[in-house]
Amino acid sequence: MLQVENLTVYYQTLKGQVRALENASFTLADGEIMGLAGESGCGKTTLGHSLIHLSPPMTHIGGRVLLNGQELPLADMQKMDAYRFNEISIIPQYAMNAMNPIRKIGQMTEELLRAKKADVKTVMAALKDRLEMVKLPQEVLGLYPIELSGGMKQRMVMVLSTLLDPELLIADEITSALDVASQKAVSEMLVEFRDQHCCNSVIFITHDISILYQIADSILIMYAGQLAEKASTETIIHNPRHPYTRLLISALPEIGVRYSDKRLTGIPGKTPLLLNPPQGCRFRERCPLAFEKCAEVPPFVEIEPGHSVACWKEGSADA
Amino acid sequence: MRKYFGRKLLIYLLTFFLAVTIDWLIPRFMPGNPVANMLARVSVNSTAASVMQEYYTHLFGLDLPLWQQYLNFWANLLRGDLGISAYLFPKPVTQVLMNAIPYDVALLLPAILLSWLAGNNFGAVAARSKWLDNTVSPIGYILTATPYMWLGILLAWFFGIILDVFPIAGAYSFSLSPTLSWKFIGDVLLHWFLPFFSLFMVQFGGWAIGMRNMIIYELEADYSHYLEALGAPRSLIRRYAFNNAVLPQLSGLALQLGVIVAGALVTEVVFSYPGIGYLLLAAIQNQDYFLIQGCFLFIIIGVLLANFVIDIVYVLVDPRTRRGMTGEAA
Ligand SMILES: Nc1ncnc2c1ncn2[C@@H]1O[C@H](COP(=O)(O)OP(=O)(O)O)[C@@H](O)[C@H]1O
Ligand code: SF4
Ligand SMILES: [Mg+2]
Repeated sequence: MLQVENLTVYYQTLKGQVRALENASFTLADGEIMGLAGESGCGKTTLGHSLIHLSPPMTHIGGRVLLNGQELPLADMQKMDAYRFNEISIIPQYAMNAMNPIRKIGQMTEELLRAKKADVKTVMAALKDRLEMVKLPQEVLGLYPIELSGGMKQRMVMVLSTLLDPELLIADEITSALDVASQKAVSEMLVEFRDQHCCNSVIFITHDISILYQIADSILIMYAGQLAEKASTETIIHNPRHPYTRLLISALPEIGVRYSDKRLTGIPGKTPLLLNPPQGCRFRERCPLAFEKCAEVPPFVEIEPGHSVACWKEGSADA
Repeated sequence: MRKYFGRKLLIYLLTFFLAVTIDWLIPRFMPGNPVANMLARVSVNSTAASVMQEYYTHLFGLDLPLWQQYLNFWANLLRGDLGISAYLFPKPVTQVLMNAIPYDVALLLPAILLSWLAGNNFGAVAARSKWLDNTVSPIGYILTATPYMWLGILLAWFFGIILDVFPIAGAYSFSLSPTLSWKFIGDVLLHWFLPFFSLFMVQFGGWAIGMRNMIIYELEADYSHYLEALGAPRSLIRRYAFNNAVLPQLSGLALQLGVIVAGALVTEVVFSYPGIGYLLLAAIQNQDYFLIQGCFLFIIIGVLLANFVIDIVYVLVDPRTRRGMTGEAA
């Protein structure tokens, strides 16, 4: 189980701090696939990376993260190495270029496993089954990354990242570069991986909510560096409470219809810049319900079991 | 694969043909001619001069129509005959060149290889040590930015004249005749050192900076970040970065080796070192068509061979080229 408590991460830049993740708190149950959605630039990748590789210019401002009750040494690059790949792993947004171009994939895998002091023999044997699960031929191990198609590379990195059966897998935009048919296939493979215990919990980052309908147990919506709402997929789709989530969902075409062209852009207004974000609720400028109180940051509160919202119009104050 | 190299070979042959043709043309466009130049060096009365003029012009085949000269040139070239040098008359050009080449090889091969090895290793270390980077990289930049002529003269002045530890002209002392004695070998080494060292220094700076920048670039590549995110040890990440960074350096090396026979013209001029570069200068000054042709021929062959070797090496070490090849064939 993953517990994130008041996690705040900024980018230290020459122009100042980019406040990309503000006071994030949520939990992720064992085996839960949580979709993390929001417009491009809202801090999804930042949240994902801070859980595994919080490196400069990212700076850990505050908060903590517990994995199965144990606090992660987020800001300690050396100590975190013990968790990386073993306990927490990532399929990065740039998966297409994630493999060393001048090493055969099998050789690279072995070198990585050996460097991580893993049980190379057992893992390489398990690798064969994993390749089958993602419908890659065994021969890919003898190929160079460039000899694989984009979809194959994506699946190969998926296999690579989960070789040590991590407790937490962060899958960052793994469907974004693919065509609609492959998007479905890859997301289903990820569910299969979870079911077969190749990984425990998953954070599935995407800017395309519709893909989450099929695979996510829960969905966390972010807006401009702040968490907006988290609930089960059912609730987010049929009973969203945060004004931003409601707009997002209503902007989507009907569930089950082709959705890939319609992204999270159907809302008037622009997202604020995170270099100098507005005080209070960052959705204020675009929010149809905004009122005076929204000049203060709304707390992210649980309004019913498993359903949290950060909005002054919701929660205990006045519902 | 076969098709790929077949096509490459064709391109190289075509390039060779064109380059050699230009090589034949260029000296003939220069004002003056070799015979006039030879006769200017001897003082004879005008009747004798015109007889000699006719004799030499005929000897060099310069009385034939140009197209015939050109055909003869190719015919002789294919037989390995580059003609007779006017400047070092009556030595055949091939012999003149063969005497010069060992000096080039002895000078440039160690300078290029050692500077490549040392520069790359140094650059790789500098890429990961702030302290080294701050001290050594500026030196490297200064070295590569210094005009070579200037550095050569500075070295010659400092070690040759101020300290007086190295001779600054020739390949060995005039007082010695070439024998296989320790004394002679020592003398040759002494003469060899400064030209070698000056070449080594400039090239070392270039390689070191190139490698440093390439590694820093590779460490920011996606595959490096992925390995970092998976907590791979620094050693593995650095090794991968090095392996990737060394590829462009390898083609740079091959190109350098290609101009070996061209000699290092400036070095050889500064240190009066009798390689092909030195020879070429003398040939141009004396309008020695045949010697100029011969020198350039070696340069052309060297560059083409080096490029061909790069093509092969790249196919062997970089899977991306192989991919390009199959793509091309399809
Ligand atoms: N290396 C960086 N330096 C400075 N700012 C960054 C950097 N990477 C991302 N950001 C900023 O942080 C914010 C969140 O980015 P990111 O987490 O990549 O968003 P998402 O993944 O949701 O598209 C954006 O405003 C972006 O401009
Ligand atoms: S807190 Fe205010 S501005 Fe923010 S979403 Fe709720 S109503 Fe809108
Ligand atoms: Mg992102």
